This record gives sequence, C-alpha cells and structure tokens, in this order.
Amino acid sequence: MSISAPKGLASSGQKPITEILHPLSAAEEPLSPGPDVTVSGGRDKEVGLTNGTPVETPSPASASVLFNRLHLDDDLDPDTRDPYADTETHDLFVTVDDPKKHVSTMETYITYRVSTKTSRIEFDLPEYSVRRRYQDFDWLRTKLEDSQPTHLIPPLPEKFVMKGVVDRFSEEFVETRMKALDKFLKRVADHPVLSFNPHLNAFLSAKDLNKRQGLALLTKVGESVKSVAGGYKLRVRPPEFCALGEYLDTFNQKLGTIDRIAQRILKEQSEYLTELREYGTVYASWAGSEEELQRPLEGVAGCVTTCCGALEDMSENMSQDFLPVLREYILYIESMKNVLRKRDQSQAEYEGRLEAAVLRKQEDRTPIPAEVEKCQDKMECFNADLKADWERWQSNKRQDFKQLLTGMADKNVTYYEKCQAAWESLITVLQDKQTEDKTSETN
Amino acid sequence: MININITERKVMADDGREESLGTDDDSDQTGADGSLNNTMVEEGSTLMRRMEICVAEAEKRSGKNAVSMQETYTVYLIETRPMDAVAEGRNPAPDCLWRRYSEFELLRNYLIVTYPYIVVPPLPEKRAEFVWHKLSADNMDPDFVERRRVGLENFLLRVASHPVLSNDKILYYFLTEEHGWKEAVYETGFQAKADSRLRALSATFRVRNPDKCFMEMKHYSDELQSHTSQLLRARARVADRLYGVYKVHGNYGRVFSEWSAIEKEMGDGLQSAGHHMDAYAASIDDILEEEEHYADQLKEYLFYAEALRAVCRKHELTQFELEMASQDLISKKQQREELATGIVRTFSLKGMTNKLFGQEAPEQREARLKLLEDLIAEGEETVKEKTIERAEHVEKAWVDMQRFKEQKDKDLREALINYAVMQISMCKKGIQVWSNAKECFLKM
Repeated sequence: MSISAPKGLASSGQKPITEILHPLSAAEEPLSPGPDVTVSGGRDKEVGLTNGTPVETPSPASASVLFNRLHLDDDLDPDTRDPYADTETHDLFVTVDDPKKHVSTMETYITYRVSTKTSRIEFDLPEYSVRRRYQDFDWLRTKLEDSQPTHLIPPLPEKFVMKGVVDRFSEEFVETRMKALDKFLKRVADHPVLSFNPHLNAFLSAKDLNKRQGLALLTKVGESVKSVAGGYKLRVRPPEFCALGEYLDTFNQKLGTIDRIAQRILKEQSEYLTELREYGTVYASWAGSEEELQRPLEGVAGCVTTCCGALEDMSENMSQDFLPVLREYILYIESMKNVLRKRDQSQAEYEGRLEAAVLRKQEDRTPIPAEVEKCQDKMECFNADLKADWERWQSNKRQDFKQLLTGMADKNVTYYEKCQAAWESLITVLQDKQTEDKTSETN
Repeated sequence: MININITERKVMADDGREESLGTDDDSDQTGADGSLNNTMVEEGSTLMRRMEICVAEAEKRSGKNAVSMQETYTVYLIETRPMDAVAEGRNPAPDCLWRRYSEFELLRNYLIVTYPYIVVPPLPEKRAEFVWHKLSADNMDPDFVERRRVGLENFLLRVASHPVLSNDKILYYFLTEEHGWKEAVYETGFQAKADSRLRALSATFRVRNPDKCFMEMKHYSDELQSHTSQLLRARARVADRLYGVYKVHGNYGRVFSEWSAIEKEMGDGLQSAGHHMDAYAASIDDILEEEEHYADQLKEYLFYAEALRAVCRKHELTQFELEMASQDLISKKQQREELATGIVRTFSLKGMTNKLFGQEAPEQREARLKLLEDLIAEGEETVKEKTIERAEHVEKAWVDMQRFKEQKDKDLREALINYAVMQISMCKKGIQVWSNAKECFLKM
C-alpha cells in the first residue's frame, strides 16, 4: 500500500490523493488540476476515499503518509501563511448577502442569497445563486459534523434569540447574522476537506434544498448511538492533545473576559454619550442669552455634537463587528473541544478493543480482529486531521484576531481624529474673531 | 514705612480719554519724563498696578478659634514687590505676609459694601462643589488647596487692576500690613452698612420705575448664573462618565497580558498592546485634572453673576428709596395744603377725627404746620440726597458694568479656546495610544 506521491491528506475529497496538495503547503502546483490531469501510476483503489461517508472507511494509515503529513506542517513558515490571501489554492468562492424577508401564512423568516463561483469539476456549473435561510445553514453544519467527525466544523451564529428581547428582523441583527453566516460558509469553502463535502455542494447548488428533516433527526440519533456505543474510558491523553485542551480552556476564559470588558466599555460609552449630549445643549442654551459669546458658545455646542456623532459611530461599529466575532470564536472553541472529546473517544475505543483482543489472544490465540486495526486507523486519522485542523485554526485565529484588534484600534483612532478636527476648526474660528477684535481695538 | 515707588497711574475715563491722577505723597517721586512711562506695565488694558502681587504658597496651621476650639486651617502667603523694581531688573526680596481665607472674605465684604456700584471680583469657592466623584471634596486636599491658591491670587490681581478698587486704602493695608489690618477694616464702620445691605438684598420691595437697562442686566445676571451652574454640573457628570470609559480599558491591559502567556507568535504583540491600554487608562487622571482649571474659570463667572446681580439690586434699592422719599414728600406737602386750606382731599385719620370731634385750636394748627414745614424741608433734602445717590450709582455702576461685560466676553472666549485646546490635546493623546496599540496588534 505504498503511495508514490506522499503529499496529501488521506481523507480528502473525491480527488485522487496524489493530486491533492496538503492544504497548508506553499502551493507551487495548482490545487485542482483540470480534467486533463493524468493520474500517476501506483495509485490504487484504496486511495479512492470519498468524502462524506462515515469514517468506517479506513485511510491508508501507513507511517509514511502520517509522517509526511506532519512533516509538511513543520515546513511551513508561519508568517507567510495567510490562507485567505492564498489565491492559488482557491477555486471556490462563496458569498452570503442580500437578506430578504419572506412572509407566509405559517411564518416569517429571512433568506439570504448564497452566490458561488467555482472552477471545480465537482460542480456542474461555474456559477450558482441560491437563496437559503438559517435553517438550511444549520442543516449543512449538522451534515458536515456527522460526515466529518474528525474535522473541526466552523460555528454558526446563535440559533435561538429571545423573541421579546431581540428583534429578529431588525437591520442590525440581520446584518450581524449575515456576516457570521458568510464567514461560516467561507471557512467551510476554504477547508481542504470540508469544501469537497457533497452536502456543501448540494447546499450551494440545489434549487430546492430537500432537507428531509426526518433523516437529519435520524442521523443525529445515529451519531449519539455511535458515541455511546463506545463507552470506553480514556487512560492517557497524548501530551500534545492535553496542551491543546488546556490552551482551549484558558483561551475560552480570556475571550469571555474580553467579551465582558468590551460590553462594559460599550455601556460606559453609552452613558458618557447621554451626558455629553446634555452637555452640548447647555452650551447652546447659554448662547441664547449672550451677544458676543453667542457664536463661540454655539461653536462649542456644535463640536460637542460632532463628538457625540463620532462616538455613536464607533460604538455601533464595535457592537456590530467586534462583539459578534468574539462570540463566534467562543463557539468555535466549543466545537474544537467537541472534536477533542471525540478524538479521545476514538482513542479510548481503540485502546479498549486492543486490550481486550490482546487478552483473548493470550488466552486462546485468537488473532487480533480487523476491527481493532480499523479502530487504530480511525484514531490515527483523527489525530492527524485534528492536528492539521488545529494548525489551520491557530493560523486563522491569529489572522482573525489581528484583524479584529487592529480594527478596534482603527475605530478608536478615527473617532479621535474626527473629534480633533472639529475642535481645531472651532479654534480657528474663535481665534480669528480674537485677532479681529484686537485689530479693531488698536485702531 | 513701606517704601514703594508709585508711578503714574492712568485711569480710563468714561469717554475713553486717558487722564493721569496725581501720585501719592509718601513716595520717591521720579521725574515725569519719558523714562517714567517705561516703568508702567501695560497689561493689555491701560490699567496699572503699583506692585507685583502673588499668592505664593499655602500652609497648614493649627490654632484656637473664636470659641477656643482647636482647628486646622490653611494660610496663604502673599508676596508683593514694587513694580518699578521689577521693571528695572532689580530683584529685591518680596515683602510677604500670611492670610487665611476668612481674611480674604472680610476684605471682599468690605469692598462690596463700600463700592456698591462695582461688580466686585469673587473669591474662589469656600468648599469644593460641582465635584465629579473621583475628585476629592475635601478642603484639605492638596489639589483643592492649590487651585484655591490660584483663585485667591486671581482675585487679588483682579482687584488690584480695577480702576476704582485698586485705589482703596484697606486693600493696600491688606497687602502690606499683616497685623493691624483687621482693626483698620472694622474702623471703617463697614459692618453696619453690611448688615443693612444684606437685609436690603433679601427684601422684596416694589420699585415703580427701575432703570430699564439695570433690569435687563439683572435678568442677564440670572441667566448667567443659571447657565454657568448648569454647565458646571453637566461637565462634572461628563467627567465622571469619561473617567469610567478610560478606566475600564485598563482591564484590557490585564487580560491581554494573561492571554499573551498562552500564545506563541501572538504573545509579544499582545503584551505590548496591553501596556498601551494601561497607559490609556492612566492618562485620564491628568486630563481631568487639567480640565478643573476650565471649571474654575466657569465658577469665577458663576460667582461674578452674583456680584453683578448685587449691583442691580443696589440700583433697585436706591430707586426705591428715592421713590419712597418722593412719595413721602408729596404726602407731606399734601398734608400742609390741607392744613393750610382746610380742604381735605385725601382721607386721613386726623381729618376724620376732626370731623367727628371738631377741629383743633388755631395754636395747635400753627404748631402742626410748623412741624410739617420742617419735615418738608427735611424731606426735600432727603429727596435731593436720594436723587443724587441714585444718579451717582447709576452712572458709576453703568461704567463698571460695561467694563465687566467686556472683561467677561474676553475671559470666557479665552476660556473656551483653552477648553478646545485641552480637547485637542486629549484627542492627540488618544490617537497616539491607539496607534501604538495598533502597531503592536499588527506584530501579532
């Protein structure tokens, strides 16, 4: 079972392994060769792993493949990695926009336009435009989770909103949700494995998404059955996954703190804004009883009003852009923890079965069943996928937070710049009047 | 004997002409040539001060007060130096004495009683008011004491550069005679006037023909008072809130630091950004402390409004007294007429009793007539006095109110400019900090 071209993930899509580059490698060759690519020799059927099928299908868990995967990880220079900017590996572009309200007798809901542009052969057409609602995204995510349990699925924005508290149809809410859905879909589309999932394909291209809710339910049940069926206890978690787990816990904590701080700041700013508005009106009303000082006082009132506007803008931005992204990452961490747990499960299951099999072998020379090997494969696959996804996640996280925090800094700078400009123009007006007065005095 | 060179003082007369007043007698007269003019210091206006005055320091003292209780109070050091010495480049040691706040109050009370047609500069507040909650309301707080020192100096400078007040002897003694000053003040007998003034200020009396301009000015003083106090309160609330916004950012500093501990590549950037957040949070203290100076400028005019109002009330009082005196004179004249002609025009008790009980004897009538004549003569004097008093007050007060108006417009405009400058400085600091933080984030 040797693979001639050692690159590529085992559990990748319908492509032959040899043609698929490791997602994190600096791409020198195009990722998706056209239909005229010939498959190099030495490739066998066992490589024909299809995406979207449950993981009972074993991956060629030979050491060399494993090694190569990991080896490639180390090769990467973290600073040049920018998955979003790496256009050479991108051949699937998705966008979520254009929210519209639908009113029917049964319910009212919002749909979004999902646009796709792609050169992938898995798709019949190069472009698609369909309308989807949140339910559909939720379906997709569930499907992805079920069919790709070893992979980290990006999170969706919150499903439930308290009807009395949040207006589900307000422009702000819809806008924020849409941005999150767009991000979700982009992350999936960028993922080297998930993007080839047939459910994604259906989501992006099908006219009518036949969700078959019943089946979804079944799958969910099946999932839980699968996880319960194991019931094995993990002995020792490998140190690298321990570190992962600890990191996630601490990171989660810190994000929660940052979220609270950001909310507190918004609250304080809102109270400041209230007082500032009142402050401005006092200047304006004073101006009414003055002659010479009328214009200066009105000028100050105007400046204060401008500052209020600038502050309002910044607060709105923070609330719409900053907080949701933060919250999304908290959800992401939950997803990652889930995957970790599943990995632990698969390890526990393997070790459990192995132990049982070894004991039996000692007793009555029963050979180790193939099942055990399957478990091993599953576990090792899990480990590899998880590691790869982890690296990817770390890199994305770094970019995302860099963007998020510089965005926050930018907004603050803009706010102060606006205020400064307002006060500076007031000073020139006031000082001009001063020199005017002085010259008339001396004349 | 304090030896101070007194140089020519120029006073702005009503019509804008400058006229020189005579110099004091206890001085070394320097020749009235061109060189003398060089020693006069123009302060942007043509008013002059004989001496350089400053309130240099503040100190805590302990002593027994009037009711023999131990108390702690603050005294302020007043330093004076003759102006010509300064101008000539000599640097003699200043004369100095210590005064406490209550003595300043005494001086001011004397001035407002003695010059009821002058808008007398106010003192800085006795107790800290309009305080935003982080700022101390404690009178012993060093920042408060410092601001008060500045306020007291400002008061002295204003008084000493006032065309009328600066000539006052009591003021001079306040600046130069540490002991014996209080006696001098009380000797002026201003206390008695002070009491009647206070009563008059709070009394309600109806004036028939107050001067329209004064009534407008009084109305304006109410507006000024209302607006400045509103503004001060609103500003304090804004300061409070702004403080909160800045300080919460300090939490970012802590959490970024903690977060950086678990990150590899992102760690350094986060850590340094955290420091900038700490700096941002700390910066608000200085910003708001500086803004207190602006608040003090507003407070001065809040209190000035009261002084302005007092001058208007004094006008009402003189007008009222004149009206009363005139009314009194008229009624006395009428009584005389009635007595003389026997015709009763107005109702009077005497008239009634006369009708009921018969008229009085001619000798009594003569006596009463004589008395009335005396009273009328007195009354006419009174009316003359009151007319002059009123007219003088109107004339002098009007001059000073104009002066005050110009000063107020100039000062408040400057205050607003300074406030804008402060805001710009705050914005620049903000831009600096967040740009620095952004640099750190980019390095993550």
